Amino acid sequence: MIRHLLGLEGMPRHELEGLLEKAARLRRDVLEQPLKKSTLLRGRAFVNLFFEASTRTKTSFELAGKYLGADVVNFQGKGSSVEKGETLYDTAQNIAAMGTDLLVVRHGTSGVPIELQRHLDIPVVNAGDGFHEHPTQGLLDMRTVLDARGRLDNLHLLIVGDILHSRVARSDLWGFLAMGAWVTLVGPPSMLPEGFQTDRVRLTSDLDAVIGEADVVQVLRIQKERKAMAGMPSEEEYRLRWGITPERARWLSPDALILHPGPQNRGVEIDSSVMVDPRTCIAQQVTNGVAVRMAVLARLMGGHHDE
Amino acid sequence: MNEAIRIRGGRIIDPYRGVDRNDEDVWIADGRFQTAEECAGRSLRTWDAQGLWVVPRLVDMHVHLREPGQSHKETIATGSQAAANGGIAVIAAMPNTTPVVDTPELVEWVKLRAKTVDLVRVWPIGAVSVRSESEELADLYRMQQTGAVAFSDDGKPVVSGGLMRAALTYSATLTGPIISHAQDPTLSAGAVVHEGQNAGRLGLSGMPEAAESVMVWRDVILAGLTGGRLHVAHVTAPESLEALSYARARAIRVSAEAAPHHLLLTDDALQEWGYDPVTKVNPPLRPDASRTALIEAIRSGLVEVVASDHAPHHADEKARPYSDAPFGISGLETLLSGVITAIINPGLLSPLDGLALLTRGPHHALNIPYRGIEVGEVADVTLIDPKRRWEVDPNKFYSLGHNTPLAGHALVGQAVATIVGGRVVMEDGEVLHAGLSNLS
Repeated sequence: MIRHLLGLEGMPRHELEGLLEKAARLRRDVLEQPLKKSTLLRGRAFVNLFFEASTRTKTSFELAGKYLGADVVNFQGKGSSVEKGETLYDTAQNIAAMGTDLLVVRHGTSGVPIELQRHLDIPVVNAGDGFHEHPTQGLLDMRTVLDARGRLDNLHLLIVGDILHSRVARSDLWGFLAMGAWVTLVGPPSMLPEGFQTDRVRLTSDLDAVIGEADVVQVLRIQKERKAMAGMPSEEEYRLRWGITPERARWLSPDALILHPGPQNRGVEIDSSVMVDPRTCIAQQVTNGVAVRMAVLARLMGGHHDE
Repeated sequence: MNEAIRIRGGRIIDPYRGVDRNDEDVWIADGRFQTAEECAGRSLRTWDAQGLWVVPRLVDMHVHLREPGQSHKETIATGSQAAANGGIAVIAAMPNTTPVVDTPELVEWVKLRAKTVDLVRVWPIGAVSVRSESEELADLYRMQQTGAVAFSDDGKPVVSGGLMRAALTYSATLTGPIISHAQDPTLSAGAVVHEGQNAGRLGLSGMPEAAESVMVWRDVILAGLTGGRLHVAHVTAPESLEALSYARARAIRVSAEAAPHHLLLTDDALQEWGYDPVTKVNPPLRPDASRTALIEAIRSGLVEVVASDHAPHHADEKARPYSDAPFGISGLETLLSGVITAIINPGLLSPLDGLALLTRGPHHALNIPYRGIEVGEVADVTLIDPKRRWEVDPNKFYSLGHNTPLAGHALVGQAVATIVGGRVVMEDGEVLHAGLSNLS
C-alpha cells in the first residue's frame, strides 16, 4: 500500500500496474464522458504547491482533481510567504493544517518532496523535483505506450537528451524497467550520468547506432540555460547529432512510438514534421497525464471510496 | 602554593618525544610539567590513569568557530567547550567569519575573546586575501605579529593562481603555512555532492575529484616555484595524493590533512541519509576507493595530520533543501575518536604514530615547536580511554552544531579528561563553564 508518490524508483510492478489500470478505467469512465464530474473525491481537498514554473503539469493535476470532484487550490512559490522568509516545511505544514488531504509538490531542488513528507501526516505527490524524479510523467508515458503496444515487457525504450539533468529520464527509466522493458540512454557525453548501467540499461552518445532498434523514443526537452554549464553544443550541432529529424524518423521502425514530455523546442530536439508523424503520441501523452493523475489522486485520497 | 597534579599508572604516549611507555608518572604544577621534587610540599591531586592513555597536547588545526558574526552557529565559548569535551587542547580557528579575519586587529580580537573564555588554546588563522576575495593580499606579517599561526581563505579557494603564487612567495618569510582549500570553482559550480553513482541516482549535482586535485597540483607546483610553505586542507582525492608524493620526492614544503568523516564514511552515506543535508560537506564524501587511498596515505605518512574541519551550522540552516543547505559537519567532538576508530583500532598505525596525526603532525605543519611531556613545557595533556565504545549523539555535544552524519554510529576511544595549561577543563564529559558563556 503506497502512501505517497515520491518516485518510481523501487516501486513494485503490481503497484505500477494497479495505477496504470486505474488510469485507463478513469479515463474511460470520467475523462471520456461528456459529463465529467465524478463524485469519487467529493469533499476532498488538495493543494498544488508549485515552487517552479509549470503550466502543463499544474493544469493537469488541477483538472484531474476537479474531474473527480475534489477541491483544488493552487499555490505559487513566487509572491508567497516563502518569499517572506518562511521555510518550505513551515509553509507545507501550514497548508496541511488547513485541513487539506494531500499535497502536490513541484520544486527545483531534488529531494524536497521526500523531505517534506517526513514533516507531514498527509500524502505527498511529487510533481517534479530538481532532476530527481517526475513520477506522474513516467506513469503517463507508460500508459501511452501500453495503449499503443499493449505491453511494456521487453520493449526497447530510447531516452534521448540531457539525461543528467532530467527528472523525466529517471522516472521513465525506473518505471519502464520495473515493467520489464530495457532502456538505452542517449545524449551528449557530458550529460550522461554515472550509476545507471546494468544488463538492462546502457548509455551511448551515438543515436544513429541505436535508433533503428527502438520501440519507443522519448525525446527530452533541451534546456537552453544548461548550455554554458554542462558543455552543451549549439542548437545547430545538437540537432545534427541528437535531434529527431525527419531522416532519423525514417530509420525508426514503422511501429515505433515517439514521445516528448513537452514543451517542445521545435527544430532542436524534434522537428515540426516529426511532431505530426503518426507515430508521435504527444496528444495521447497529455490526455494520459490527466488520467494517471486521477488514478494517483484516487489511490492516495480515495479512502473508503477506493475499490 | 598551587595544587599539583600527579598522573600515575597510565600509558604515556608522547609523539612529540617519540615515547610510548608505562613506567612514567606525570607531574604538573604552575601550568607546566614538573619533576616530582618540584611538586613536593604542595597539595596534590593524584590521578589513577590505569588503563588510560596519557597524551600531550592534542591539536585540531582546522576549526570554524564562527565568531565574530555567526554566533548562532557557534561561538568561541561553545567551540572551546566542544574541543575540551573532545580532548582537544588547541584549536586553530579559520578566518571565514563575519567579518573575515583579515587584519591584525581581528586576529587580536579572536585571541582576546579566547583568553576570556579561557578553556582551550585558540590559535587564529588569518585570511590570505582581503575579505577572502582572492584579489588583494592581506597583511600576513602583521597578522602573524598578533598571533596568526597560518593563513587561509578556507571555505573558498584562492581562485587566482597569481595571488596564490604571491602568498606562497611571501610565506617563505613567515613562520606559518598558507593553507589551501583546493577547489576549482568552475569544476564544482552548483555541485553539492561527489559526482558518481549516488549523485546520479538522487539527481543531485556532483563535483568530480578533479575539482580538488587540479588545484592541489597547481598549489604544489607553485610551492615548488616559490619555496613557500603549503598546507593542503581536507584532502580527499587520489590524484591530490599523487601531487603530495610529487612534492615529497622533490622536497617541496607541503603538508596535508585529512578529515575523519572522509576516513569513516563514503558517499554511500547518501543512501543512509537520503536528502537530509547532514551529509553535505565540502569536499564531499567520496567513494570507498578514494577513502581507502586516503587511509593508505595516512598509514604511509604522506598525510601527517587529521583535522576535523569542524563546521557547525544551525539546525534551521541544515533543514533547508539539500542544494540550499550549507556545507559542513560538526566534528570537534568526534575527531579523536574518529582517529582511534579509523586508524589506530584497526591496527593501521600504532597508537604512537596514530596520535602523531593530532600532535606532532599539526605542529610540524604549522611550524610551531612543542616538546611534549618534558619538565618545564606547558602542561597540555589528555587522558583517553582507548577501549570505550560510545554512540555518537549530537544532542550531547557542547558544540551548537549538531550536524554530523556520524550520529548513531559507534566510535571507539574517548577522552576522559582534558588538561590545558595544568588546569583540568574537562573531566568525564563535564566541561568547565566558559568565561564568556553568559555572553554567548
